[in-house]
Amino acid sequence: MIARDEFRTIAHNGIWKQNTSIVQILGLCPLLAVTTNAVNGIMLSLATILVMALSGFAIASLRNLIPHEIRIPVFILIVAALVTVVDLLFNANLHELYLVLGIFIPLIVTNCIVLARVEAFAAKNPPVQSIFDGIFMGTGMLWTLALLGGMRELLGGGTLFSGIDMVIPGLQPLQLLPENYPGFLLALLPPGAFILLGCMIAWKNWMDARAAERARLKPPEPVSTAGCH
Amino acid sequence: MMFAPAPFLLKDTSVSQVMIQVCVALIPSILAYAWLVGPAILAQLVIATLAALLAEALMLKVRGKPLDLFLSDGSAIVTAWLIALTFPPLAPWWLVALGTAFAIVVAKHLYGGLGQNPFNPAMVAFAVCIVSFPALMSQWPSVGLELSLLDQIKVILGFGSPVDALSGATPLDALKTGLKMGEGTVTVSSLLANQEIYGRVAGRGWEWVAAGYLLGGLWLWHRKVITWHVPAAFVASLSLISGALWLYDPAQFANPLFHLLSGGAMLGAFFIATDPVSGCTTPRGKLIFGAGAGLLAYIIRVFGGYPDGVAFAVLLMNLCAPVIDLLTQPPIFGMKDKS
Repeated sequence: MIARDEFRTIAHNGIWKQNTSIVQILGLCPLLAVTTNAVNGIMLSLATILVMALSGFAIASLRNLIPHEIRIPVFILIVAALVTVVDLLFNANLHELYLVLGIFIPLIVTNCIVLARVEAFAAKNPPVQSIFDGIFMGTGMLWTLALLGGMRELLGGGTLFSGIDMVIPGLQPLQLLPENYPGFLLALLPPGAFILLGCMIAWKNWMDARAAERARLKPPEPVSTAGCH
Repeated sequence: MMFAPAPFLLKDTSVSQVMIQVCVALIPSILAYAWLVGPAILAQLVIATLAALLAEALMLKVRGKPLDLFLSDGSAIVTAWLIALTFPPLAPWWLVALGTAFAIVVAKHLYGGLGQNPFNPAMVAFAVCIVSFPALMSQWPSVGLELSLLDQIKVILGFGSPVDALSGATPLDALKTGLKMGEGTVTVSSLLANQEIYGRVAGRGWEWVAAGYLLGGLWLWHRKVITWHVPAAFVASLSLISGALWLYDPAQFANPLFHLLSGGAMLGAFFIATDPVSGCTTPRGKLIFGAGAGLLAYIIRVFGGYPDGVAFAVLLMNLCAPVIDLLTQPPIFGMKDKS
């Protein structure tokens, strides 16, 4: 099925090394428009994960049957069919959230991440690996969008998880800052998303630079004398 | 005996010398401001200066730069003073501190510090705050406000009565709102006759503050800290567009003098658009930069939704400055001009 090492590489690539939002900087349009709070970001990411896993599986299964010359239209047709399914699922089960996310659920079709992973991964790899690639790429998007959305709503309105009652009835959003917090409106506007995304990219680069520095300073591991014992 | 290659400059001007002269040039308008509009500006200057020095020290420490060298160059203080002068004088202390910190941390140091910033830090602070807190940034003290310095400081620190009771729109904003509410039946002259807000040509009190900026700016030009290009082009383009529309319909458009002495026009022309870092450097580029800023400032302040347009106009021209510089490079000495 799938080797442990391969699984780890796919997971590491999706969540950190090739992160869709802060490394590949793909899908900026939903990122800017939807992440005004953490819940919207999480739910859109979950929809994208579902689409990416299903389309990865479908295209990887069919990869040897699709003519190379017309692969992109075929990919888009498959992705569009799956997005329609997810769209109808959201409309039926999470109708209020569906109204909030609006056009951005159908627009998952045009999200560059989906087509990029299908073209770069699913078209060249077996189905199981492609499902995991879709899931972990989507997970990378999930945590970045959740973090960005959380920061934006905290700075912009002092709350966290507003709109959670649309997903899980009965839960209330957290009011972290006092009621009379004036609200830093810029954080909720697209420029605020750009500024915070820039900070997140800088943070990721800084973490990578620090890890590289530590790896450089660490003394090389002693050569194991395999076979002696 | 001095051995040095040409050009034989009399003295080399350091950053701190320029900054001190800019601060000195701001003093006439600060005095007019404190005397005619209210002494709260003095408290705001102190708050902004402290916030700027703190933010500057923090960022220098984070970036591993020498503290004493960069803290004493005065550039942070000039930014702080410009912010204090453009924010409403009775704004809460945290608004001014937040704007100043944003200017120093984001607009200045994240772009590489002194001399590297593509946007004017003070105008970034103004734009960020007016976009984020439009209500607080549009409340200016009512003219004739009788409040002692102590009471004004109480309002700034949040202990006094709510600001709503004390404040209204700027003269520029009041004119725009009045014209819009009148829907073509109200004329500029009937609005300007309101002696509570308006003085001889522009806002009561404010026209003298603007005159102070003009005086300080001319002194800066005399000291060769700034050249004539940017202010002249700014004033000319603002006068031309406002003059043309005023001649077209004097009932709906205020005269050029009103626009020159209102809002941030004079401050923008002499102190902000002349910023050597974020503005243009070639003589022809400076003319284009100033003219563009003046034109945009008029369009935004008259037809836009914000109380004044100078900040956005300068930021938009800052975006264009590198291209303008590239296209207006003077020919190399001895070579023929390509165009």
